[in-house]
Amino acid sequence: MKILVVDDFSTMRRIIKNLLRDLGFTNTQEADDGNTGLPMLQSGNFDFLITDWNMPGMTGIDLLKAVRADPRLEKLPVLMVTAESKREQIIEAAQAGVNGYVVKPFTATTLEEKIAKIFERVGA
Amino acid sequence: MDSVIESNERLELAKQLVIQLEAGNSTDAERTIDQMTGSRENKLFQDVGRLTRELHSAINDFLLDTRIEEIAKREMPDASERLSYVITMTENSANTSLAAVEAGLPLADELGNTAEALAADWKRFQERQLSVEEFRVLSQKLADFFEISEAHSGLLHGKLSEVLMAQDFQDLTGQIIRKVISLIQDVEDKLVRLVRISGGLEHPTAAPAVMASGLAGPAVPGVDQGDQLNDQDDVDDLLSSLGF
Repeated sequence: MKILVVDDFSTMRRIIKNLLRDLGFTNTQEADDGNTGLPMLQSGNFDFLITDWNMPGMTGIDLLKAVRADPRLEKLPVLMVTAESKREQIIEAAQAGVNGYVVKPFTATTLEEKIAKIFERVGA
Repeated sequence: MDSVIESNERLELAKQLVIQLEAGNSTDAERTIDQMTGSRENKLFQDVGRLTRELHSAINDFLLDTRIEEIAKREMPDASERLSYVITMTENSANTSLAAVEAGLPLADELGNTAEALAADWKRFQERQLSVEEFRVLSQKLADFFEISEAHSGLLHGKLSEVLMAQDFQDLTGQIIRKVISLIQDVEDKLVRLVRISGGLEHPTAAPAVMASGLAGPAVPGVDQGDQLNDQDDVDDLLSSLGF
């Protein structure tokens, strides 16, 4: 399981990477926005994408849309982990094809549940 | 054009003045001089009047700039709330981390001390200095130690994870502080413009409006209202209503 974590704050990337390691996912890579993340996804055989929304350069929602528009990536499971909690933003993310949505600040349990749920649904 | 007419007029007056002076007609010469300076004073008064009107309307337009009202009425008080929230979050994070460290250190100490005591007994066992009864006691101590090692390492893992999660403040406060910095830059721009306008260097209508980022960022208690959802449960409810 190869996972890409995209967030402009390196502290948040480290937190998510550590939580993933606790869950048994050790093959993780990082990017600080969509512009660096998208080429990595396109060439890197990733199985899962965890992305923030608000980032300089390319935002997470634009990254999600770019992923869904790319025939090789359209099926990639995407979890948004973001401080953006407006109703219309969550609806926008859902319409763009997000697989899960976690609002910051979150707990380790929440992250674990959402990831498990996504794999359950993708696997089914 | 005005200046051409003006200088023609002046030239005429000047010629007239020379003729009048040469003719020794001092009364008429005085009148011509008055006429010349009078038109100049009129021009000066007109210029001062025009500048006054321009400054007045520039300041009025500046005050009508809605961003300024927005900043004064809402964004400045909001910024104070946001910064207070940053203090709260960083304080909570520090307290969580300190509490976890304070709870974790005795666990590490207990493991260390117990291991040290057992090592001494173990050395005696290796040197065949233990009686059968002493060995039975050591054996029980070892079993206990394995048990507390497992339990304590679980507890320590939990405490370290608490410290890990407590660092999430940096992302959230970072986003909030960025917003406040952009507001301060906005205010600075407005102040610079005000200084320019009062110096008569700029007409206010030309200034571009600086808009804050369209994204709401982290929810700040007491600041963000409207359609911001409160927590993960609300988000889950909304998503499940959308068929998730």
